[in-house]
Amino acid sequence: MVEARFRRGDRVHVRAAYPLGHIRTPYYIRGHSGVIERLCGSFGNPEELAQQRSGEPKQPLYRVRFLQKDVWPAYRGNPGDLLEVEIFQHWLE
Amino acid sequence: MGGQPAGKVEPTEHDYEEWERRVDALMMLLSGVRGARKLMTVDELRKNIEALPPDAYERMSYYERWVTSITQTMIQRGVITTEELGRRMEQVRKRHG
Repeated sequence: MVEARFRRGDRVHVRAAYPLGHIRTPYYIRGHSGVIERLCGSFGNPEELAQQRSGEPKQPLYRVRFLQKDVWPAYRGNPGDLLEVEIFQHWLE
Repeated sequence: MGGQPAGKVEPTEHDYEEWERRVDALMMLLSGVRGARKLMTVDELRKNIEALPPDAYERMSYYERWVTSITQTMIQRGVITTEELGRRMEQVRKRHG
């Protein structure tokens, strides 16, 4: 199992990478910055599990909190509106 | 959808048809949720749904995407062959004339 590198409150940046394959990190959140809300646990890596491999070592998964206004251009809702996305550690820096 | 511009989301209630329940049960069995040997992962289900051409994705219903993806995965894993699948589909078509 890979050790958790981030803690609640840490500011993180989602990698802006676009490889082929099965990736759980949504396109729209790549390249954005947010704050760790919690560690959800460690799980098999879906990028490997999707390709008939073991998914080991398990990767820490975090719930990351973003501001809607930072993610969507011309967002017209409340400036404090939040978006939470669950992202694996290897997509965060 | 997926961060792309799209229309309004219109939620509707509907009952599941018998074949849809069967597709769900098939996935539970193949992914080892209940009992039997694990023959695929939910990640493979997702991968093969994502691999659908955009027009097929739009045209298919939720469980049509599932059954297409499950079939693709079983072929990729060598659980069934394209030959077997094609022959069986011919048989079923004849039976229902």
